[in-house]
Amino acid sequence: MVDHLLGIHGLSKSDLYRYLDAAHSFVEVSERDIKKVPTLRGKTIIHVFFEPSTRTLASFDIAGKRLSADTINISAGSSSVKKGETLLDTVRTLESMNPDVLVIRHSESGAAQFAAKHLSRAAVVNAGDGAHEHPTQALLDLLTLRQHFAKQKRGIEGLKIGFVGDVVHSRVARSNVWAHLALGNQVRLIGPSTLVPNDFARVFKSDSVSVEHDLARGLEDLDVVVCLRMQLERQDQNFVPNLDEYSKEYCVSERLLKRYAPNSVVLHPGPMNRGTEISGEVADGPRSLIRRQVNNGVAVRMAVLYLLARTTESREEFSV
Amino acid sequence: MSAKVKPVPREWQQVMDEDTISRAISRMSFEIVEKDRDLSNLAVVGIRTGGEYLGKRLHQEIQRIEGVEIPYGVIDITLYRDDLLSAQSQPTLRGTDLPFRIAGSRIVLVDDVLFTGRTIRSALDAIIDFGRPKTVELAVLVDRGHRELPIQADYVGKRVACDRSQLVRVRLSEMGYKDGAYLINREER
Repeated sequence: MVDHLLGIHGLSKSDLYRYLDAAHSFVEVSERDIKKVPTLRGKTIIHVFFEPSTRTLASFDIAGKRLSADTINISAGSSSVKKGETLLDTVRTLESMNPDVLVIRHSESGAAQFAAKHLSRAAVVNAGDGAHEHPTQALLDLLTLRQHFAKQKRGIEGLKIGFVGDVVHSRVARSNVWAHLALGNQVRLIGPSTLVPNDFARVFKSDSVSVEHDLARGLEDLDVVVCLRMQLERQDQNFVPNLDEYSKEYCVSERLLKRYAPNSVVLHPGPMNRGTEISGEVADGPRSLIRRQVNNGVAVRMAVLYLLARTTESREEFSV
Repeated sequence: MSAKVKPVPREWQQVMDEDTISRAISRMSFEIVEKDRDLSNLAVVGIRTGGEYLGKRLHQEIQRIEGVEIPYGVIDITLYRDDLLSAQSQPTLRGTDLPFRIAGSRIVLVDDVLFTGRTIRSALDAIIDFGRPKTVELAVLVDRGHRELPIQADYVGKRVACDRSQLVRVRLSEMGYKDGAYLINREER
């Protein structure tokens, strides 16, 4: 029984499908007039975001509220963290309020696992820790692909996926790669060697991951292209000479896709820098599943909360 | 030509056989139509999973008798159960599909066995979240008593007297069995 969702690494194919199958039912709830079910009534969910976020926080918040839970949002800027409180003390203080679920986003890799280790009652959901993992993003990406390929009566196994851009700093890429490896898919990491180091594939200990520095070669025959955000906040660290040069070499455009991966679909975790890592034409075009990704975020997070929040009571009663 | 039929355990006591079930469905269909001849807002909704196939049969029978098309939906009450967060195993979500306008509709809910009444309470909550039906009626194949809530069926296939500890199960051809309803003793579960 899963008590926390700290990352995708370590989840099996059937674990992933369990989340996706549950998410499918929650897509329906979000399409109703009264977008609410009483399932987590009386449960308390605390969102602690040490890193800024609008969309992920809103998505989690809506998910909790649609399950009838009580949700509380704490962001680092307005909390005692500014006053110098350590992560451990913050987490312990929150636990004493007896939440059922703690959703954590932090700029340090390992923060969610750290919190889970020091909590005895709450279930922890990792909303992004440093460059390490962002499991709910990977799940919503998988759900989006599953919905798309279902129209062609296909599943999400046996696919070729490419990740283009700032892979080395991307927790979204890492979680996604673990997910696709669990499904038996082929993964290509595409970008300049400063952002996609030659030996980066070794992290995943799998022959199914390869690195490619030439965009055209990288895109060849892909079923899915995931564009990663060029993190503007890192531009003073000189990973690329400047964004124009990056865009000339690595911007995913319709012309390139039509030529090298004509049947591909495109995902982007957002927010997008149009013209930098993805062209406006692709972002708004028929290949793009980006809007579906955003819609699916709430359903996936409802599934995660539903599957995790319910274990807390049984854990108390039946723990050994 | 037909797939092999799965047998039920010998210790299970049969309380309804194939013919009895078929007659009950036919009778209930006529009762439903007889209650209100205006079928313009009638809809049949099967409660997953026990009422799903029975609901479909009732739905088809009503359409056959009256020569009209009426909507059919299925409802999954898992998210509305009152015992969800203390159950030890994870009930699978199967999804709800109600392809008709709830507001002003005459809904006939269908389930296989009526026991404590909690499932029906959950189903009512779920339906009302979708809209305000004009009326909701309940059709069940077996009413086994031992209600824990003030809930009753409008249409009943058969009333079965039994102990609280016994189980009543319905097996249908859609599930790979010969149609039958069974009473099962505690030790034989």
